[in-house]
Amino acid sequence: MTAALGKDLIGLERLSPDQIRLILDTAEPFKEVSERVIKKVPALRGKTIVNLFFESSTRTRISFEFAEKRLSADTVNVAATGSAVQKGETLVDTAKNLEAMRIDMVVIRHASSGAAQFLGDRIRSNVVNAGDGKHEHPTQALLDLLTIRDKLGRIEGVKVCLVGDILHSRVARSNIWGLTKLGAQVAVCGPHSLMPRGIADLGVTVLRRVEEAIEWADVLNVLRLQLERMEAGFIPSLREYYRVFGVTVERLAKAPRALTVMHPGPMNRGVEIDSRVADGPHSVILDQVTNGVAVRMAVLYLLAGGRPELADAAKGPAAGGTD
Amino acid sequence: MAAPLLLKGGRVVDPSRDLDEAADVLIQDGRIAAVGPGLGAPDGATVRDVRGTVVAPGLVDVHVHLREPGNEDEETIATGARAAVAGGFTAVCAMPNTDPVTDNQAAVGFIVRQSLRAGFARVYPIGAISVGQRGQQLAEFGEMVGAGAVAVSDDGQPVASSHLMRTALEYARTFDIPVADHCEEPSLSAGGVMHEGLVATKLGLKGIPAAAEEIMVARDILLAELTGGRLHLCHLSTRGSVELMRRAKERGLRVTAEVTPHHLSLTEAACERYDTHAKMNPPLREAADVAALRQALQEGVIDCVASDHAPHAYDEKEAAFDDAPFGIVGLETAFGVAYTELVQGGALTLPQLILRMSTVPARVFGLPGGTLQPGAPADVVALDVTAGWCVDAARFHSKSRNTPFAGRSLTGRAALTLVAGEIVHDAPAAAQA
Repeated sequence: MTAALGKDLIGLERLSPDQIRLILDTAEPFKEVSERVIKKVPALRGKTIVNLFFESSTRTRISFEFAEKRLSADTVNVAATGSAVQKGETLVDTAKNLEAMRIDMVVIRHASSGAAQFLGDRIRSNVVNAGDGKHEHPTQALLDLLTIRDKLGRIEGVKVCLVGDILHSRVARSNIWGLTKLGAQVAVCGPHSLMPRGIADLGVTVLRRVEEAIEWADVLNVLRLQLERMEAGFIPSLREYYRVFGVTVERLAKAPRALTVMHPGPMNRGVEIDSRVADGPHSVILDQVTNGVAVRMAVLYLLAGGRPELADAAKGPAAGGTD
Repeated sequence: MAAPLLLKGGRVVDPSRDLDEAADVLIQDGRIAAVGPGLGAPDGATVRDVRGTVVAPGLVDVHVHLREPGNEDEETIATGARAAVAGGFTAVCAMPNTDPVTDNQAAVGFIVRQSLRAGFARVYPIGAISVGQRGQQLAEFGEMVGAGAVAVSDDGQPVASSHLMRTALEYARTFDIPVADHCEEPSLSAGGVMHEGLVATKLGLKGIPAAAEEIMVARDILLAELTGGRLHLCHLSTRGSVELMRRAKERGLRVTAEVTPHHLSLTEAACERYDTHAKMNPPLREAADVAALRQALQEGVIDCVASDHAPHAYDEKEAAFDDAPFGIVGLETAFGVAYTELVQGGALTLPQLILRMSTVPARVFGLPGGTLQPGAPADVVALDVTAGWCVDAARFHSKSRNTPFAGRSLTGRAALTLVAGEIVHDAPAAAQA
């Protein structure tokens, strides 16, 4: 039974506003689990989940792993390094071999856009996209949405500006889908050499200068600038990037209203964001990390067929709970 | 010597003579003997009833990849030639990006010999512009032409150096062959896997901007003007290229161009859900480009249709979009797609389509064929343009199945194909087999 979300979570582009709200609402009761002394509920007891990471990741992989373990699932981590992948095994063969071992879910991170879709179309297990190339990173956007809702009490009507390398960012794409579906106003801001074609057609405003973004927004979601973008010639230098697009205390001081600053991590302090901002009162960056575990618990629970109205009950007591 | 063959009762469309009438076609000694209404059968002649079909000069495809030598698991000259006649093509021109590259007379001679052994369609080799298609040193055009090459091209590898392209256009004049040009500015297209536009933005795939093609179209038109060489632009895909081409023709330059059935019928939207069968180079573009290409073909700004038949093994396309190779097969769907989309779609008449798929491509590459003029080689196709059919890739004669048209309902296919008067494809007979 996977009716609530479908078989897989590939991206927010294909979710309805109600499905997105359902995930956020389901995450609420799971937040509390992580605050317990014994951080474990039996909701996914007996389920086997493989974390298939073809691209290095610390934060996302650990967050998924905590989410799985706190739901009592059995988990296996497969990293591309040292696995059969390096011996030339194809993505589909890797997946089919895992499935032959009777797993229930795969969480996949891959450098190629479309890899999660590819896998989901070919195996029976549920597939959760933990970031595919430049396409989507749906659980990141969901935790961003939850954090905005926590902080501002709503998403509809909130003005959110994504700042930085939009061209190469799966976080930006997922955020644009999720935010626009829930009625937020969305803008993007960054160098035009890092702005994808046709982005305005997705219903977002393109802002040229970070000062304009700060004047306009309620929330800034500051994206990581990959260092290799400079080497590829998209921008002249990290120093200039900070000078022109860096989110600094001085710039934030000119904000006409209270501004919330987010960052999906990992941060390049002093490149896209000033340390004093990252650690300052505007920042909800660590709340995002905390919410990540709850949102991922909700996604795994719903994909496994968990009934949303029972999420609270599903938490149950850790020991001796029924499922 | 084979018995004379009388094709009786068809609608004869021969654009080379502006002919479109109910007529019979008599074939003798491998050549067209007569075309006219109510022809009598000579003694010993076989009479073939072709009522309900359109009898036309065999289709000519100036752009195919037959993968031999080097990738015989994907296609061979024999399977490619078989697929060609199944699609109504009696002559195809094989691109030189084989392994090793067809860049010398021995390699050209190999293709000629393999095609003679295979039979079915006539296969004309295209030699490389540069040794190894590496874009540095001119290949030996003269010796390759002596061995049977009909054109030169570095297709698949854009000629980055303007100097090399200039020299190729100049040097090819000696042999009066066209330089077939894959227009792509490599520094702009590097890493791109589909059209740069909204769909690529949504999918998070790196785009190839229209300008990557248009810059080279513009450059090479200027070089054609500079050199007086014969330039043939391969697989145009953008409305900007059409405009450049239009101006080149208005100035009377010796520039011709082709367009593929897929660029005339599909857009970037076909890449949605990461369908690797919609990954080709140049990429599928936007609806406005499709409209401009159709109009250009109708007006003759683009001269001909070519399939860019590019077979790939199943495993290669069964991959993430970034990792899959460019290209689709086309020989067995080209006429059906073109007829359904262009003729039924109202962009071209049937005689105009045959003009663009037979008469003109033969003329552009200086090949025999493209005509039913008495005395011409009896390369003939009888086209069934009434019955619909569904594309079933598993039934292709090609070794490869990589088509975005699988499952599509099309109208228009070859019922009977003759090369030099011999029946090389007979659809009803094949169906019984």
